[in-house]
Amino acid sequence: MNDDDFVRLENVAVTYGRDAAHSVAALDDTSLRIGRGDFIALVGPSGCGKSTILKLVGGLIPATRGYVYVAGRELGAEPVRIGVAFQNPTLLPWLRIRDNVMLPLKIVPPFRADYRAKKNSEFRDRADALLAQVGLAGFGDKYPWQLSGGMMQRASLCRALIHDPQLLLLDEPFGALDQFTREELWAIMQELWIARKPTVILVTHDLREAGYLANRIAVMRARPGRIIDDSVVPFARPRTMNMIYDPAFVTLTQRLRELIVEVRGDNVPRTRATTEAAA
Amino acid sequence: MSSELGRKFASAAFIVGLFLLWEILCIAFHVSDVILPRPSQVFVTLWQRAPALWPHTLQTLYTTLVGFALGVVIGVFIGVIIGWSKLAYDVAYPLLIGFSSVPKVAVVPILVLYLGSGTVPAIITALITCLFPVVVNVATGLATTEPELEDVMKALKATKFDILWNVGLPRTMPYFFASLKVAITLAFVGSVISETVASNRGIGTLMMIASANFDVPLVFAGVFILAALGVALYAIFSLVEGRVTGWAHRKTEFAMGA
Repeated sequence: MNDDDFVRLENVAVTYGRDAAHSVAALDDTSLRIGRGDFIALVGPSGCGKSTILKLVGGLIPATRGYVYVAGRELGAEPVRIGVAFQNPTLLPWLRIRDNVMLPLKIVPPFRADYRAKKNSEFRDRADALLAQVGLAGFGDKYPWQLSGGMMQRASLCRALIHDPQLLLLDEPFGALDQFTREELWAIMQELWIARKPTVILVTHDLREAGYLANRIAVMRARPGRIIDDSVVPFARPRTMNMIYDPAFVTLTQRLRELIVEVRGDNVPRTRATTEAAA
Repeated sequence: MSSELGRKFASAAFIVGLFLLWEILCIAFHVSDVILPRPSQVFVTLWQRAPALWPHTLQTLYTTLVGFALGVVIGVFIGVIIGWSKLAYDVAYPLLIGFSSVPKVAVVPILVLYLGSGTVPAIITALITCLFPVVVNVATGLATTEPELEDVMKALKATKFDILWNVGLPRTMPYFFASLKVAITLAFVGSVISETVASNRGIGTLMMIASANFDVPLVFAGVFILAALGVALYAIFSLVEGRVTGWAHRKTEFAMGA
């Protein structure tokens, strides 16, 4: 195998449900290679297994068939530092923002061993510096419910990055935000990625977001979940919001959009399609 | 702030007003103190018989608090186990429901049979009466932990204990404190029930003896003492709850670091 592959899925299938009659094939015979320090976006209709891939790589669910390798070893064999951020900020409401951000340092080795000694000095400064980088300077002492949704999501990103993860798993982290906050966070995300170069898998519904942030975009289809297209995003970094209006960018997102609309049409039963249209 | 003060004043006025109404009605309708003593008579009894009432009060407070403390420790232990393990939950829950449905009065004679009368059965009755709210609340708090919070921890390769310690238990605190307020009042019920059935000390015993002697003001004095103790302990746990779990109620004083 290629040494540059940081994440590799080999003929992986994931089936949910206890027995054959009720089982759902969330992911079917999927192979995917992601290079070290790469930034890949997974797009596709609902239920296509985007989040399933994320959970597989994060070790949250096992593969029913096939192999998942992270950092060149089978999953679990090598301690890989992973950071995650979901659509909900999932901050712990009883902790101040700073303590929320420092949570991974409390759990993950090698930081874990020094947590008690450094939580009021080095780790604290590290959290504050990261918070300042996402525009939350001075909010470390607040509680999550005192912040807006966008601010909580920024804090959630900080928590995902504080322990310098080699692998960053993002499941629609900007999905619930308003347009302008989202675009601002894209820029912050890009800066953080350029500075630290973790391997990133981003699950999103937003093609512009995928195009702005990712080096590669994989398109998936549902029932059974499969990757049907894998395109490189050729634009230079750092990218800007103006790039989104570049004809080449528009052509790319247009093509991906058509792909998704097409596979979506295939899979949605007629009756349900009509109901959805009515709704 | 002034509206809060106003509410407190209204609440106090309501209580005083109720006592006044009671007093006035008793006088107006010439109600004998063997039927229903006036509040003033009860307070006079409390004052005059204080030296005799005091040891009984201490005894009831003692058995209640010891039973409550044991009940909370055991309750948290059982609650954590069945809240954390799906298997333990499925196995133990039906039994717990069954056990908690048994009226505790029915258990006291059995306890007396095994343990004799007095302090020990009172403590045990208080314990088993206040145990279940704690168990159920702690188990519910743990079992309803958001899966996404656990996912965050699992992705960090946190151990089961890490998750319990950093997410499960803190998240359960509001449920736990809510159960403490219920449990402390139930512990009083347990203690007093046991004292009325089999003891020679405690407010329950005192009330039984007083009622046998038609000393109704003394019976009411016992009721007043129990009410005062119950309210005081409830207030203490309310206060602690606000301090510890202010995040769940979004209290600004909590955020200020009170």
